[in-house]
Amino acid sequence: MNVITRAERPLFEGADWEFSTLQRCHDAIQEIAVDELGLSVYPNQIEVISAEQMLDAYSSIGMPLFYKHWSFGKQFARNEGLYRAGMQGLAYEIVINSNPCISYVMEENTATMQALVIAHAAFGHNHFFKNNYLFKQWTDADGILDYLEFARDYVMECEERHGEAAVERVLDAAHALMSHAVHRYPRRRATDLRLEEKRERERRLHDEQVFNDLWRTVPGGGNARHDPTTEERRKALLQLPQENILYFLEKTAPRLAPWQRELLRVVRIIAQYFYPQTQTKVMNEGCATYVHYRIMNRLHEKGLLTDGAMVEFLKSHTNVVFQPDFNDPRYSGLNPYALGFAMMQDIERICIEPTAEDEQWFPAIAGKGDAMAVLRDCWANYRDESFILQFLSPRLIRHFGLFHVVDDADEPHLAIEAIHDERGYRAIRQRLARQYDVAWTAPDIQVVDVDLAGDRKLVLHHGAMNRILLDERDARSVLQHLADLWGYDVVMREIDPGSGSVMKEHAAKPRVGILHEVGG
Amino acid sequence: MHIVDRRLNPGGKNLSNRQRFMRRAKEQIRKAVHESSAGKGIKDADEGGEIVLPARGVHEPSFHRSPTGGVRDHLLPGNKEYIVGDTIPRPQGGGGGSGSEGSPDGEGEDDFRFALSRDEFVDMFLEDLELPDLAKRKVASAEAVTWHRAGYSVSGSPANLALMRTVRNSLSRRIALRRPKVDELEALRAEIAALEGDVAAESRKRALEEELTRKLRRVSLIPYIDPLDVRYKRFDSTPRPVAQAVMFCLMDVSGSMTEHMKDLAKRFYILLYIFLKRRYKNVEVVFIRHTHVASEVDEDTFFHSPETGGTVVSTALEEMQRVVGERYPADNWNIYAAQASDGDNTASDNDRTAHLLTQAILPQCQYYAYLEVGRDVEHFPPGFIRRDSDLWQTYAALVKAGAPMAMRKVGHRRDIYPVFRELFSKKTGAEAVTA
Repeated sequence: MNVITRAERPLFEGADWEFSTLQRCHDAIQEIAVDELGLSVYPNQIEVISAEQMLDAYSSIGMPLFYKHWSFGKQFARNEGLYRAGMQGLAYEIVINSNPCISYVMEENTATMQALVIAHAAFGHNHFFKNNYLFKQWTDADGILDYLEFARDYVMECEERHGEAAVERVLDAAHALMSHAVHRYPRRRATDLRLEEKRERERRLHDEQVFNDLWRTVPGGGNARHDPTTEERRKALLQLPQENILYFLEKTAPRLAPWQRELLRVVRIIAQYFYPQTQTKVMNEGCATYVHYRIMNRLHEKGLLTDGAMVEFLKSHTNVVFQPDFNDPRYSGLNPYALGFAMMQDIERICIEPTAEDEQWFPAIAGKGDAMAVLRDCWANYRDESFILQFLSPRLIRHFGLFHVVDDADEPHLAIEAIHDERGYRAIRQRLARQYDVAWTAPDIQVVDVDLAGDRKLVLHHGAMNRILLDERDARSVLQHLADLWGYDVVMREIDPGSGSVMKEHAAKPRVGILHEVGG
Repeated sequence: MHIVDRRLNPGGKNLSNRQRFMRRAKEQIRKAVHESSAGKGIKDADEGGEIVLPARGVHEPSFHRSPTGGVRDHLLPGNKEYIVGDTIPRPQGGGGGSGSEGSPDGEGEDDFRFALSRDEFVDMFLEDLELPDLAKRKVASAEAVTWHRAGYSVSGSPANLALMRTVRNSLSRRIALRRPKVDELEALRAEIAALEGDVAAESRKRALEEELTRKLRRVSLIPYIDPLDVRYKRFDSTPRPVAQAVMFCLMDVSGSMTEHMKDLAKRFYILLYIFLKRRYKNVEVVFIRHTHVASEVDEDTFFHSPETGGTVVSTALEEMQRVVGERYPADNWNIYAAQASDGDNTASDNDRTAHLLTQAILPQCQYYAYLEVGRDVEHFPPGFIRRDSDLWQTYAALVKAGAPMAMRKVGHRRDIYPVFRELFSKKTGAEAVTA
């Protein structure tokens, strides 16, 4: 494998490229990625787009098609404004978790950048999408584009039938709750989005077929079934407590029309599709960056990249994995590219030339030799939180100079809890891993009770971890949307999980005529 | 692998989202447009451009933790001096120390700059406004000709050659005259070549050769493309009606008109100009200033060079009448006039002004607006009551009698736009005297 045969000619010279260049790059990269690195990828589709189209793609969360909503127009306007003012460059690529895997590349990239982008997106991200357990479990790469098309058409159909304003109000409310639209904990079947579309049609058809207006007129029909069931039984029937608020509303909100429920479902399913992405930012970027770094170096070794192109690549690569210190004006959090890339390289090092410390910390992989096998296993079976918890080495903690600061609002000062020393490694590793755990980063909000027999008030609890309350202004707006969807009063209590005491309470009443007709 | 070139896909995929957004943020955008238009000159007032919107109005809420309170953990890189147990003072806003959790949704919500196209800008600017009496349309002389396709002709310039049609004619003629096809000839030649040297098939070969000669002759006799086949695209011209408008700006420039008043008048003229420009392809502007004599001047002189003298309004009307008579015959032009004045007029001239207006000017005009610019209202002591000016009284009497003109008073820059809207809003048109 290490026999280097110098290629006759490099893949390209200079900055210009044409479609045959892309093809050549792709083929050369594929050879390295599949044969040498052992990656397993979806077939690639590379689409060349202009800057305006890139801005388009930005505003619809990177997806090639999406339903219409004003918030995407807002995103577009914002990005366009920043771009025009020169305050923000555009990404070189966007890659979509679909089968075939679609990568958008910008037309103004140089040939080197196109090669980099193909290595990064079309092989790095692509491999991660195809193999990581979260993506396998939560997303359906085969069906996503069809589902988005269905969603777009469905929203359009609703707009025609019920008016743009009515649809917009439902989507506004649904978007506000999008962050709480995923079943986090229960076991799940893999999703099949193609079936989703069919099931929607069947559900509606079934409802229409079994509809009989006479049931409404049966005296006492509704109340007779209302035996004084125990509270436990009632909650079990409603699947309470429920952390997937949109799901709960879709299934149980008493006053929503069928099409409104379906819109909630669309938003919920799209939210779920993106759920793995937020949990694997470091790994996903780390994987793609590591892969492109290996591939580009190998291309250069093989004589397929000119020295000039290599220098251009290294400059861009260095910018991407740059991590400013906390007191640097450029600092804005840990750079997932930097952390991910450093960890991947570190694992390679541990596998090939471990130190005594590594032997002690990572007995399972130290000196194992085949770094790619270990990395492929990581990419398949971990998410950010578990990956960092497992593989962040003391050496990297020292390298980044990581330290742990505790900010207690009741104390006058911030306190340093741990630094990169023997006592601090495990604490830092654990705290850092937790920062990437959605269970810690997203507020824990659950529907806990609803009084269906009485005034139908919906009760939610926010477990205020570390006594951090919700942002009040936003919480009130979201609660208002929630009340509109639910159709009756809603109350949310912020609970201190330690003592179980209520720290704060918000309430909202539905606005008449926003989502439901008056008296409807 | 596929490579797809998407660059040629139709652009503006986001247009409908953008329109939705603009509808949603309409109030704020309108406000921002008015603020940004305040600082522009008459020529580039309708250029469009960037406006700044506060992010708050189109905020998308979500459940997220508040940035303050409680106990927080921060993991930061780049430790050089701290050891366990150290304390650091809490950074006050914007400090580098605790940036990691500042924005849970990953993006800050600053005010953002938002570029409007020229059309969007003017739309917002002139929303709900309507020009009175757009009806008059007139075929204008020179440039108003459009060309459109009108079938085919047998003669024309090579640039207009209708290739498809020509080849189609040629094809049908070749089929009708049974011109041998290239394939047939090739097949014959191949067959002959195959029989070469075969003694038994000598007679067959000769027959084939004869047929080939016959066919070749036919080919040379029947041309592939005959001059008969050639067709050209034909174009016809039709005169196109062009609605054109002329806008008369009349202004009193006597000593009593201050810079402030002129500025007010200018702003009003700008609005009117943008407005007309929107409706008519061809808008001309005539500036007439007057003291006790009136003259037509260019824009710069109109607004900037001071004059002294008395005030006789009727002179300006006479001048306007003259210009209309010379250059803008009323049956060819939509005539709009806007007069700005501080309301002074020589007492003896009021009757004559009224007479001129009702008899000569108004019948010719689509619209006549009188704008009385006053001093900034704040300059007057409280309780001070202004008497209506001579000109105002004169005009008010005319309006009461049913003359088609509009009049408003303006004291401050911020009043200009509302007054303009009031004058042209769809409902009110040209009635009512208010102040």
